[in-house]
Amino acid sequence: MQKVTREQLIERAAALFADGTVSSVLGWKRGEFDYDITPAVFESAEELEKEFVWNDFCGANFSKYLVSKTVKAEEKILVFLKPCDTYSFNQLLTEHRFDREKVYAVGIPCEGMADIEKIKKITGEGIAKIECGEKLAVTTIYNDAPVPVDPSDVLAERCANCKSKKHVAYDELIGDEGEVVSSARFDEVEKLEAMTPDERFAFWQGELSRCIRCNACRDACPACTCEVCVFNNPRSGVENKAPANSFEEKMFHIIRAFHVAGRCTDCGECSRVCPQNIPLHLLNRKFIKDMNECYGEYQAGEEVGTKAPLVDYTTEDLEPGEVFDRRDTDA
Amino acid sequence: MQVKEYRPLIVAFCCNWCSYAGADLAGNNRADYPAEVKIIRVPCSCRVNPMFILKAFQRGADGVILCGCHPGDCHYTSGNYYTRRRMAMLFSMLDYLGIERERTRVEWVSAAEGAKFAATMNDFVKKVTELGENKRLEDLRCKK
Repeated sequence: MQKVTREQLIERAAALFADGTVSSVLGWKRGEFDYDITPAVFESAEELEKEFVWNDFCGANFSKYLVSKTVKAEEKILVFLKPCDTYSFNQLLTEHRFDREKVYAVGIPCEGMADIEKIKKITGEGIAKIECGEKLAVTTIYNDAPVPVDPSDVLAERCANCKSKKHVAYDELIGDEGEVVSSARFDEVEKLEAMTPDERFAFWQGELSRCIRCNACRDACPACTCEVCVFNNPRSGVENKAPANSFEEKMFHIIRAFHVAGRCTDCGECSRVCPQNIPLHLLNRKFIKDMNECYGEYQAGEEVGTKAPLVDYTTEDLEPGEVFDRRDTDA
Repeated sequence: MQVKEYRPLIVAFCCNWCSYAGADLAGNNRADYPAEVKIIRVPCSCRVNPMFILKAFQRGADGVILCGCHPGDCHYTSGNYYTRRRMAMLFSMLDYLGIERERTRVEWVSAAEGAKFAATMNDFVKKVTELGENKRLEDLRCKK
């Protein structure tokens, strides 16, 4: 259950519309289902009243939308940012990807988002309706009475391992400021590292061969903001879905993670949007973990203007052949 | 029927200023190194995008080796320092995905080290031959 209510957000946005501070709002609205909340642009207080949603399914990170929205905007855009979104916000500012002057950022506290797959495991398939409150009241087509589900039992993986409840950028904050929290987000990575190479290969073969190359991970990622993506090259000859056992999908995912290495704020959007539920954040986290261990602790987006580890160097860096020894001596 | 002996296909990315000249010197000195090594000349080791390495594997390479100037000696001052960080991260990631560590390597070879170039290539080809054919990174669409 979110501490800030939908009404509070609408009220504040309406006030900003009324005094002319902003001309549009980036917010969430209901999609096809109750749990399928999609990003939307609202241009008046009436629209907000009608369609705006703020509940346990508002996962979308709006930072990336600012890149295209601020290009033509003449007046300010109001954007609602959860703590993890503010890291992406700062990272995009560091890369000069949008115009800060045209943005009015409102920080809102977040209690973590629910993962619909986890809910389905409790209630079964066929979810017809979900009402968010203290408990999520889930009605399926097979039962009349709603099943109560505790939101803390169905937290999305990225929220269960939340790294920060602190907003690192905002113009205004609704609700209370949180703090950076210590999380066990590298546990899964360590578990994989502890496996033998054959087990690891089998694990990733199983996960990544399910990839349908829909490119949703790339499109939703707030760090992937190239106007022309390297994977869009129609002349590469291998840009399509490949046979499941081939290297193509792995290559796509290695390169996707590599291109955002050092800039990835670990917001977890890639895994959230994946229609095949591939744990893509494990690739990004591996890079974050490696860079923390080899080149010092670094959190992308914590401040504006920091230098990412891969665009920096020291003369004493580890040799590429030594990265394995480092782990072997750790173990 | 005669069974053909397995010979790996090795792609070597060599920096124009050091390693490529080192390979030249190896040739001038008549130092032996296997013909399976296919050299691709790049302006600097940091010209090598991780995609180059993965594409080489995808298209049938069994091993990829990247040679550049010794750290500190880069023709462009700092190119190979960036290479060093990038490749450390890439190799670690390949290992994370369960791909054999010995298939990739970075070696610093200067223009004066013809003997080192030949020795490195001999050693690398030997290691990759022991590993055998690259099965984990292949793409059937690229097979001849």
